[in-house]
Parts: sequence; C-alpha cells; structure tokens
Amino acid sequence: MSGNEAIARAAYEGRVNVASGYPGTPSTEILENLVKYTDKASDLYCEWSPNEKVAFEVAAGAAMTGARAMVTMKHVGLNVAADPFMTMAYTGTVGGMVIVVADDPGMHSSQNEQDTRHYARFGKVPLLEPADSQESRDFVLAGLELSEAYQSPVLLRTTTRVSHSRSVVTLGERQLQRPMPAFDRNPVRFVPIPAYARKMRVALEDRLARLKQAAECSPLNRMEMRNSELGIITAGISYQYVREVFPDASVLKLGWPFPFPDALIRDFAGKVRQLLVVEELDDILEQHVKALGLACEGRKFVPGIGELTVPVLQQSKAKMEGKPISAAALVSQARDLPGRPPTLCAGCPHRGMFAALKYHDVIVTGDIGCYALGVLPPLSKLDTILCMGAGVTMAHGMQKAGNNRKVVGILGDSTFFHSGITGLLDIAYNRGNAAIIVLDNRTTAMTGHQDHPGTGRTLMGQPTIHASIEDFGRACGIKHVHTVDPMDLDGNIALLGEVLQREEPSLIVARAPCILSEKPVDPQPRKIDAEQCVACGQCVGIGCPAIECADGYPHVNELLCNGCGLCDRVCDLRLVQPAK
Amino acid sequence: MTTTQTSITSVILVGVGGQGILLGSEILARAAMAAGHEVKTNEVHGMAQRGGSVVAQVRFGREVFSPLVPEGTACAMAAFEIIEALRYAHYLAPGAFAAVAQHRIIPVTVSSGQASYPLDAEARLAQAVPNHTLIDAAGMAQQLGNIRTANVIVLGALSAALDLPMTAWRSAIDAAVKPAYRTINHAAFDAGRDAAHVVR
Repeated sequence: MSGNEAIARAAYEGRVNVASGYPGTPSTEILENLVKYTDKASDLYCEWSPNEKVAFEVAAGAAMTGARAMVTMKHVGLNVAADPFMTMAYTGTVGGMVIVVADDPGMHSSQNEQDTRHYARFGKVPLLEPADSQESRDFVLAGLELSEAYQSPVLLRTTTRVSHSRSVVTLGERQLQRPMPAFDRNPVRFVPIPAYARKMRVALEDRLARLKQAAECSPLNRMEMRNSELGIITAGISYQYVREVFPDASVLKLGWPFPFPDALIRDFAGKVRQLLVVEELDDILEQHVKALGLACEGRKFVPGIGELTVPVLQQSKAKMEGKPISAAALVSQARDLPGRPPTLCAGCPHRGMFAALKYHDVIVTGDIGCYALGVLPPLSKLDTILCMGAGVTMAHGMQKAGNNRKVVGILGDSTFFHSGITGLLDIAYNRGNAAIIVLDNRTTAMTGHQDHPGTGRTLMGQPTIHASIEDFGRACGIKHVHTVDPMDLDGNIALLGEVLQREEPSLIVARAPCILSEKPVDPQPRKIDAEQCVACGQCVGIGCPAIECADGYPHVNELLCNGCGLCDRVCDLRLVQPAK
Repeated sequence: MTTTQTSITSVILVGVGGQGILLGSEILARAAMAAGHEVKTNEVHGMAQRGGSVVAQVRFGREVFSPLVPEGTACAMAAFEIIEALRYAHYLAPGAFAAVAQHRIIPVTVSSGQASYPLDAEARLAQAVPNHTLIDAAGMAQQLGNIRTANVIVLGALSAALDLPMTAWRSAIDAAVKPAYRTINHAAFDAGRDAAHVVR
C-alpha cells in the first residue's frame, strides 16, 4: 500500500476516534482511505474541514476529551494551522494526537518547498519521520502512544515519495476499545491565560527534556554499523537513497529526529572516521550536529534545493571522493521535445471565464486550484498567486494601492470556503471595489474531487447543507452578486465590462460542475469547417487539449472533445459545429 | 534482465495523464509480488495528472530501497505516447527494451504554436532505443472491442522483456481489474505480448 494508505490503516488499528483535514497533495489520500474503515469502526469519525486551522482545532478538541485524534494536511496547510499548533504545544493533549504533515520536495504539486521539520523545533513538539509505507503505519501507532505518554501532540512528517510510493505493509489487529472520552475540567492545563501559560511554558521545556531522553533510546532511532570509514546520519526517504548509493557506510537512521538525540549522535560520530548528514531540503540536522561540536559534512556535497534521488546522491558521493561524476549520472533528457504541462481539461468550465477575461484589460489575482493553470499560454490570464484566499485579498490591496488598471480576483469554491470569506468581508468593510469571481465547480477538483461545505455531502457520505457562496457574499455586505454560467461567453464579457466600471465591489459566482466529476452523458464532439477556416487562432487561443493544431490549421480530436462548444463561441466565423 | 550494478529490476511506464498508467503499474507490481519479489512503486498525483506528462515507476528484486528509478538504469519501458517515450528514454539502461504505442497526442504547447511536434519521432526512437516495438495499441484495442484496453496491450508487450511467469501476470490482472473486464484484459495482454519483438 501507499504511505498514505498505511497511515490511514494505522489510524484505524490505533482506534483514532476523530480524524480531520483539508485536502492537499501529497496528503489527501489519508482521509480518503481512512473513511473507508468507518463501516466497520463505529467509533471512527472523519471530516473534511473548511481549512487546516479548523481541522486542527477539531482534532485538538477531540484529543482534550481523551479521544485519539489525527489531523492531516500538506506542508503549507500547517502555516494556516500554525496558530493552534503553537499553543497546543503548551496545553498539550489527553488522548493521543498525531498531526500528519506531508511535504513536497521538488514541488510536484505545490507553490513552495518549505521544510516542516522547522515547525517541530519552533513549536517544541516531537517529530517522527517514516521512510516507507511500513514505517508510516508503525510510526502513527508509536506516535499515538508517545503523545499519550507525554501529553504532547506529535508531528509526523512525510514527503511526496513516502506518501505516494507503494511497498508491502504488515498489518496488525485493531486495538482494544478505549475508555469513553470525557472532558475533565482543568483550567491550569487547558486555559493559557498569561498566569497559567507562564507555568505551561516552563512545563513545555521540562517535557521536551524528557522527550529527548526517550528519543535517545527509542527503537525508532536505529544505528546500523557497517564500515566505520563513513557514517551517515539521515531520516525519512533519504535513508532509502543512502542505502542504495552508500551500501557499505554505517548509518544512523533517525525515525524520531526531534528532540535531537544528542547522546546517540555523539555515540555514532565516535564510531566512524568521517561523518556525513544526508537530508532533504534544509540543513536542520547538519547544523545541529555541528552545534554539538562534531565535525561533519552535509550541504557542501548534498544539495538543499529539490528532492534527493539516487543519481543526485551519486553526484554527492563523487564530489566527496573527488572523483569525476559517473557516466550513468550524466545521462540527460532530450531537451528539444515539446513540453506537456498539465492543462485545464477539455470542457473545463474554468476555461469559459478565462476566455471572457481575455476580452478585458485587467489584472487577475489568482488562487490555489486547477484555475492556477490559467497562467500558462495560450490563456495567460492569471497574474499572481500567493496562497489560498489571496486571490480575493490581493485584488483589494492592488486596488487600494491606486493601481491604474482594474483588478479581478479569482478563486475556487473550496478555496472560497477555506479562506476567501474573510477577504470578501474586508473588501466590503473597507469600501473596496474589486471584482471577485468564484469559479464554482462544486468540488475540490485539483486534489481529486473532495467534498466541501458547498457540495451538500460530507466526507462520510452523509447529506448536509449546501453553503451558498452568494449568501455569504450578501452577508459580507456585497451588493452586486451575480450567478452566471461560465460558458456563456458573450454574457460574461458584457457582465465583466459592467462590473469593472462600478465603484462598488462585485461578486460573480460562475457555476458549472467539474467536467471530470460530471462527464456529459452523450457529448457532442465538435468539428471545424476546414474549408472555411482561416487559421485565425481564436480557438487554439483557449488552450483546449481537444483542439489539435500541428500543421497550422486546427482540428478537433473527437476522442478528447466533451462538446462544451466554447471553441465555437470564440470563433468569429462560427465554424465549429457538432460533428453529427 | 536486470541492471548490472544491482539485482533490482527497474521499469517505467510513461504517457499522458488519463491514459491508464496507474493501472498498468499496479498490474506490473502485483505480478512482481506474485513472483516473490520485494516491490516498490511510485506514482504522481495532483497537478501533474491534469493532462500532463506522467511517469510511474516500478522496482522489484530481493531487496529494494529507493522507490524511484535512477536515470540510466531501467531495463524496460512501457510508453503510451511516442514523444513521451523519447522524453523518458534517458531512464533506460543501454540495450533496454521499450514497448511504445504509436499513438500521438498533440500537446497544447504545439497547438498554440509555442513548440512543434517532432516529425521524425519514430526515427528518433529507433536511435534512442534500438530495442523497441511500436504497437498500434489504439487500433488493436478497438478491434478487441474496448479502446480502454490499449494500456494493457502495451503492458503485454512490455511483459515480453521481463522475467516474470505468466501465472503471475494472470493473477495480477485478475486482482487489478473488475471481473467483468478480466477476459478482455487477458486478451489485450496476450495480443500485446505476441506483438513484441524483444532483442535479448
């Protein structure tokens, strides 16, 4: 199973009662798999929360009653949840609480490459790092025990290659029923008003010292003695690359790297002649080993940008040994092939709104989701991305700065509920006039179609409210709220013209289901009238993968076309009609 | 066939998001497990799946550490699109085999005039990977009655280069596809395997 499936399995085996999260690659499949166990585990509750901060607090509340809890998110999600994270280190937990955070070295599907290990040290919270699927299972179970024993939340950090690689996992039985959750009032523990928080602050350091002692002799940290010439300290997926590139080296594998097991590190350093630290992203271990006064190398040979791989480490090894880089490491990719970046699907409703925006001279502040793909040519109609919600707020900031072009903010339905609402409130409250478009495709599409407060369904498959984006807009004080079909090109071009002239803010909800979640039953593929086509490029300008144009004249690939008809609407000659 | 440095067999499956690459890698991984190997695989999720170039990696042997295939070490490749075969050819070891679908999917970068589709893709493939078989997988799949079996046809061709017993492949297909589609997928696998010409 994958690392994410193994984490879900462990949550089931370990009798986690409450599991919450917000979707984000590479963490999403944990809850998607865990919810499958709810059929046979009546004491297991799972939810997609509107954002990571909410998810974290839901899990924290559960854990304070003595229940076991898990919260999952991607690395940037912990930024959103950083507020409760930092203080929960103070209040601690009663039931076991594991915070699963998945990093994305190499940025396969992320906007930055931050290293979550900093948060462990920042928050003074123990950190576990599995190196494969088996450890992903084992470490969740160990983390729950550890969390209860020390009354501290535990951070479990995976990376893309741990979460999305598959390897064999030996499963265990589900643990025995745990006592019923019951919250015991204890303000000195759970209410960090300054008088109590100062005591918690001292207790936190004491707990960290005890955790350090436990990490020194934990089986999660393992010394593998081979040749004493070279010793390598490593953690997580890097361990796998180390074993392949340095098969003879001794290895200190840190499954529980923080609090740093100093005595263990010193002991290992004393047993080898040369010490190397191999870690992905930041040089956290290396700097600590050096601070201990131990001579070691790390960043000098091992790069800190992007993910490590066997060839990357082979180059590090060659550099260390002063040898030329081996021929195998030098094989390079053919550079002159046409790129194939991800693109909005054929029939994607987002494309309709981008096509309409192309008729206006506007700055478009974007957000995190499929619509981020609108930045690429030929659409090229998205100008900024910062984080979830910033599509709304940055539009407001640009407008307030006195910027001389009109600004339109774009975000999705899931990101609107995640952190768009507060931004919209800000625009109305502070008398802004930015226009905000919510591309509402009724799902969290990019991460693989998860439900959210607007879909009418929970993660556990129960029917629920359909939160209305329009109502939120009106409640925030936005007077001009429009609901449109994103494929109504002429209507949307005209509406945008009207909205951009206004001195008041507007909210446009462009609603049509994601083409992947609601495939047309009987799509009518289009066909371009080749006789009359003048190759003006309007239709290829919408960047639809079904419109192929390899020889100057476009044609529609009928296998890919979903029959949305947007290509016909942008064609000045209306030459693109249903094929049949 | 395994690489010379290690006893690990590395295989890559490449194509365009949505072509059934993950099913192909699942069947291969299950077959290798059924044959008694330790297996690790890696796949791509999220943004990389939206019609982009996709690679799945499978490694098996007595003991496997990295789930990622190092460049220059794969002994075989299944490619569901011809320029994707060229894009990942540097993952192959010298002499390695590639089963390649003739299929062309024009990327948006070509349609919008930012790049051109190489006209000499087949010649370049012959040069980059002399030991390969080009298969009209889409045409064969249509003949079998289901265009969606094209991926299993290419997998069948790939299987001709791997030392895994037929029984392992059969059980892997049975485990990975729904009962209603087993017969047609076995037929697709056999058709692909028969079409392959592997130089050993």
